[in-house]
Amino acid sequence: MELLLSLAIGVLTGSGVWLLLRPRSFQVIMGLSLLSYAVNLFMFSMGRLSIDREPVLVPGVPLNLLHYDDPIPQALVLTAIVIGFAMTALFLVVMMASRGLSGTDHVDGTEGGQ
Amino acid sequence: MNALLAMLSSPLSAHWVIVPILLPLFTGAVMLLMREERRRLKAALNIGSTLLGLLLAIALLRWVDDQGTVGSIGIYLPGNWQAPYGIVLAVDRLSAMMLVLASTVALGSVVFAAARWHRAGVHYHPLFQFQLMGLSGAFLTADLFNLFVFFEILLAASYGLLLHGSGRLRVKAGLHYIAINLGASSLFLIGVSMLYGVTGTLNMADLAQKIPLVTDADRGLLHASAAILAVAFLAKAAVWPLNFWLVPAYSAATAPVGALFAIMSKVGIYTILRLWTLLFSADAGASAAFGGQWLVAGGLATLAFGAIGMLGSQKLGHLAGFAVIVSSGTLLASIGFGQTGLTAGALYYLLSSTLAASALFMLVDLVERWRNAGASIAPHELSDNAPFLSPSLEFEAGMNLDDEEEVLIGKAIPAATAFLGLGFLGCTLLLTGLPPLSGFVGKFAILTALLNPLGLGMSAHNTPGIAGWTLLALLITSGLLGLIAMSRAGIRHFWAAHDRGVPQLRLAEGLPVAGLLLACALLTVQAGNVMRYLQATADALHTPDAYVEAIMGAKPRSAPAKTNDQKAMP
Repeated sequence: MELLLSLAIGVLTGSGVWLLLRPRSFQVIMGLSLLSYAVNLFMFSMGRLSIDREPVLVPGVPLNLLHYDDPIPQALVLTAIVIGFAMTALFLVVMMASRGLSGTDHVDGTEGGQ
Repeated sequence: MNALLAMLSSPLSAHWVIVPILLPLFTGAVMLLMREERRRLKAALNIGSTLLGLLLAIALLRWVDDQGTVGSIGIYLPGNWQAPYGIVLAVDRLSAMMLVLASTVALGSVVFAAARWHRAGVHYHPLFQFQLMGLSGAFLTADLFNLFVFFEILLAASYGLLLHGSGRLRVKAGLHYIAINLGASSLFLIGVSMLYGVTGTLNMADLAQKIPLVTDADRGLLHASAAILAVAFLAKAAVWPLNFWLVPAYSAATAPVGALFAIMSKVGIYTILRLWTLLFSADAGASAAFGGQWLVAGGLATLAFGAIGMLGSQKLGHLAGFAVIVSSGTLLASIGFGQTGLTAGALYYLLSSTLAASALFMLVDLVERWRNAGASIAPHELSDNAPFLSPSLEFEAGMNLDDEEEVLIGKAIPAATAFLGLGFLGCTLLLTGLPPLSGFVGKFAILTALLNPLGLGMSAHNTPGIAGWTLLALLITSGLLGLIAMSRAGIRHFWAAHDRGVPQLRLAEGLPVAGLLLACALLTVQAGNVMRYLQATADALHTPDAYVEAIMGAKPRSAPAKTNDQKAMP
């Protein structure tokens, strides 16, 4: 499971960074989205990977992290997802404005060489 | 003011710590409910709320300072959970100082905007208040993830403010600015979660306690997470080579937004100073002062880049942008040495350079408008190229000043022109660090502390070392380069411009520029008191025990006595 998750995070990050460095604004926004998925998975994994641990307190189970999942990274991921979603939407609007004003989807507002 | 101070010392005093965040939040929310046409009311509300915020920040500063001890801080537990389980807000000398600085700059900016710029687009005033909320929150919070949330609030508002007025140039600069900041936010999250993975906490004070306990096997991870986190903050603080977004974005923004953004790069500096001194203090064992040499090296490179940029910029807006970069570089390099005297000098320089840069952004707008109102513009001023040997600069009959000199002597200078000229002169003195204004005092304090790390007369055998001498040389050289650049701009705009009319200047536009420059003059006159305060700030920063103990020891309030009804509920 560790190998699979770290490979997934690595592939998402690699593709995200590559797309982020591309000149088209659509590629940039896809790159940012992939990067934020990678970051969210990474944050989630920082609470340690585990199977069959209780997420919510259960009577009779000792109160420590050996028996429960760490709730903090999950709360952090939730916040990060919401903020990341809002920021992506905002970026999309600016991207559309740039496209409308300049008539091109190049991030610099002009095609190369002009 | 005294009434505010009295309220602060009342039993409910702890609640005042959260007011700098709530005040702009509610003001912004109320303004969202008003129709866009009611701009005048919104402007009045905005100015009133910002002024109230400034008074509150000054009251908090005096309250913190009056407690006298090294680590005098006010703590507020928003959820009434003891640290490290709940979020903590803390105001110490550094936070209070940054709050006052941010409110001062904001007040100048909003008065300037109310004169005309707020009509250039919609929702200027609510966005401005949300930006203030994010700034106050970032200065007050003592929790890393909470810091991330406040960073996102202030960034989201800044995206809107940067795009205020729209236009191709602003949208292009905004696209780059947003992409860079989203990337930096991803790094912030990676750093925060790695730090949590290693230490198991996100409370800054708790982190300071846990870091000496980190095992050697985990130390590499700890340093990697701190470095990733630092890259996110350094990108916001505009360190070279992460600062290419700054000049286009700040110079494309409308003038009052540029003036407010002068504080934005200082948020990055503040965060680095806070976290670095807290997490990697002398008590941090093997991790003590981790990354200090990187801060110094990055700061020196930024300083050199900014100084060369100032020399190379022909547009006034770019000049102001590079002045912000020079200020960031000076601050980072001085902070990185980790000496209390140097940090105190750097903090003084931070106050002075932020106010001056903010004033310059507004002044640039007034000068540009004056120039657009009439008068010839040389071709080299439209493109951003230096005017070397271009045909337009060759001798022409009309350019000969000697013939007209007799006419020019004795001609009265209009008051508005004189104001612009004197304002520009003031900004030049402040940003290049020439006497008699506070820019000189700041640089002098930095250089003195650099040459006498143990205090005057006690540092006979201490030499600054290679990094210290480089900083000394770069500080002086950057001052010279800045002076050349600003003198050239001043000559071009004020001396070689006799064919222009009188600038149209409104009181509401002149007032904030004059106010910010007067604040710098006040800093100069009160330099002794300010330096005493800043020395106490620096001492507390470099011995963070008191800060850590105050936060970890803050007790939640006991619940109020319950009535029978509440007891009956499950």
